Amino acid sequence: MKLADLQTIAEHELDFQRAYKYRINVCCSSGCVHFGAFKVLKAFEEAVKEFGVERECKIARTGCVGTCAVGPALVIEPGDHLYQNVTPEKVREIVRDHIVLGLPVKEMLYNNEAFFKKQKRLVLRNAGKIDPYRIRDYIALGGYSALVKCLATMTPQGVIYEVISSGLRGRGGAGFPTGQKWSLVARAHGSPKYIIANLDEGDPGVFANRALAEADPHAILEGMLIAAYAIGAEKGYIYIRAEYPLAIQTLQVAITQAKSMSLLGDSVLETPFKFDVELRLGAGAFVAGEETAILASVEGRRAMPRPRPPYPANSGLWGKPTLIQNVETLANIPLIVLNGGLWFSKIGTAKCTGTKCFSLTGKVNNPGLIEVPMGITLREVVFDIGGGVQEGRKFKAVLVGGPSGGCLPETLLEQPIDYESLKKVGAIMGSGGIVVLDEHSCMVDTAKFFTEFCVDESCGKCTPCRAGLARVKEIFEALTQGNGKLEDITTLEKSSVYIRDASLCGLGQTAPNPVITTLRYFKDEYVQHITEKTCRAGKCFKKEDEGKP
Amino acid sequence: MSKDDNRRMLLEKAMKEHNYQESALLEILHKAQGIYGYLEKDLLMDISQSLNLPPSNVFGVATFYSFFNLEKPGEHIVTGCLGTACYVKGVEQIMQAVEREFNVKRGETTADGKLSLFVTRCIGACAMSPAIVVDDEVIGKATKEVVIERIKQLLGGAKVETS
Repeated sequence: MKLADLQTIAEHELDFQRAYKYRINVCCSSGCVHFGAFKVLKAFEEAVKEFGVERECKIARTGCVGTCAVGPALVIEPGDHLYQNVTPEKVREIVRDHIVLGLPVKEMLYNNEAFFKKQKRLVLRNAGKIDPYRIRDYIALGGYSALVKCLATMTPQGVIYEVISSGLRGRGGAGFPTGQKWSLVARAHGSPKYIIANLDEGDPGVFANRALAEADPHAILEGMLIAAYAIGAEKGYIYIRAEYPLAIQTLQVAITQAKSMSLLGDSVLETPFKFDVELRLGAGAFVAGEETAILASVEGRRAMPRPRPPYPANSGLWGKPTLIQNVETLANIPLIVLNGGLWFSKIGTAKCTGTKCFSLTGKVNNPGLIEVPMGITLREVVFDIGGGVQEGRKFKAVLVGGPSGGCLPETLLEQPIDYESLKKVGAIMGSGGIVVLDEHSCMVDTAKFFTEFCVDESCGKCTPCRAGLARVKEIFEALTQGNGKLEDITTLEKSSVYIRDASLCGLGQTAPNPVITTLRYFKDEYVQHITEKTCRAGKCFKKEDEGKP
Repeated sequence: MSKDDNRRMLLEKAMKEHNYQESALLEILHKAQGIYGYLEKDLLMDISQSLNLPPSNVFGVATFYSFFNLEKPGEHIVTGCLGTACYVKGVEQIMQAVEREFNVKRGETTADGKLSLFVTRCIGACAMSPAIVVDDEVIGKATKEVVIERIKQLLGGAKVETS
């Protein structure tokens, strides 16, 4: 395939799709699959045959539409009719009423406009719209045209310039300016150069990257291709958790299809540019998401971080310059190339441009996958998009940034979501988890849960993280069993600061965040655990079987 | 060809495809676990010889990553999701109830080899939390009664022998 062929393919595909009156997009993301999406898909195929309307309907298996709490979900176009809680038994009725008679089944429709109103879908632009297993679906919606634009009209420096002017920052959590990273790797000496797309989404309670890979794998590949062209890399790896079988399969198919259309390989679109991508499976190590640890893991070793410098930009995989980028960052790239850096820089806030994907979970009415512009407040996310706390209970805290994020109280809900604001109040952007807690959650118990997670996941290389966190965990055990002492609070405060300041990598440096923030905002609960030996949420001091969910 | 020979050939193929490179160790361990179900000691020794790596290196990697099983898992596998969303929604109580009911601790297998109980950090079904995976079936919005009932069905109604 040549550069010019892409447009033709897109037009053919659009004509092909227009021949159908209806398009039924069945969400087959992991969440919906767990709850029977494949059975729904099969039921549709049978029902359209039964009613003799198979020539009017294109049934597509798509990625996440976002409303994970009401899965299996599906969308019927035209009109974007979103159906919720679909079971194989309900399918016949949907086909009969909606397709044959043209009457959407009102009582099955998702009627919660608030969930989508404040969202802005850039990264998830194709999620739920395209079949991730059909590269032509992606091409029809303008896919790979950014790559063509780069190869045909832009120099590598020109691409980097656009990314710099977009103001895009790394979505993996640290927020390093993407364009700056690219120019560092582009200027670094050494060959070959490598790219690693980081999909080691190890945070419990976070699934935004997985949903992206399952919904729109080619956006990740196109982002990698453009990055490779800009920095002069020839080989890329996508490092993905082994716990994500569906995402692995989706990416594998996408790579094979891209190769067959010469979008990957020795001569991309018959130009001198060459680039190839391979998958690398993680194996259940949270720390592997750290950028020096991921290098070790891709090289087949234990995922243990090392001190920086040298930075991966100069000395990464096998000592060669390496660009490590989160997949969400990469999925933004085609849009920046197509619309220009200036366009992108106007979305979000001045310092934090663009959008961010979050998995919104916990005790919130509308959990799911969301994408919001930077600068939106936590209150808008929890109450407007999330629809507030379940069962009319009282909001207590929101956890932002995964197990090494912070627990923020109601008074901080007006905080805008951006890297600096979150850091200021003790949380982090992390890889994008927002978990809502209500009055039935104990903050001491929550901090203990995250500490246990970090103790499990500490690689053991540096002492503050290995021994410090273990000691913190012991104190939490005492606190929640009624053996706490008031001086434990001081010990916790001090150890947290030591661990944060003295640890080698991001895991240890951020692991105390839940402890620090719960001590800062919910100290009265700690004191109550110690002096009154009571837990107002009813979580602690109980024998095993007394606790209720 | 016996079953064992065939499995060994599959492993050999995986290693050869990666040119017996050290950098493919994780991929090869994944493959080996896929073929044999778990990574027993002799298997790891075999891999270390084939890749010309010290056994300490191969064992180091295999034990570092929690995805690799060094013990033979039970006939049925129950995995509790210990992701944040599931924890907040009370998965811990379900796990404790399962542990008591079937007399098995997390990470272990019952004495008769029928049931293994594992935990994992997030299967990504956060919106349907708490979630428990019983063999390949995900039970969403789980309660301890439903989970225990399902496991009992799998085990043929009979309670597992206690050790």
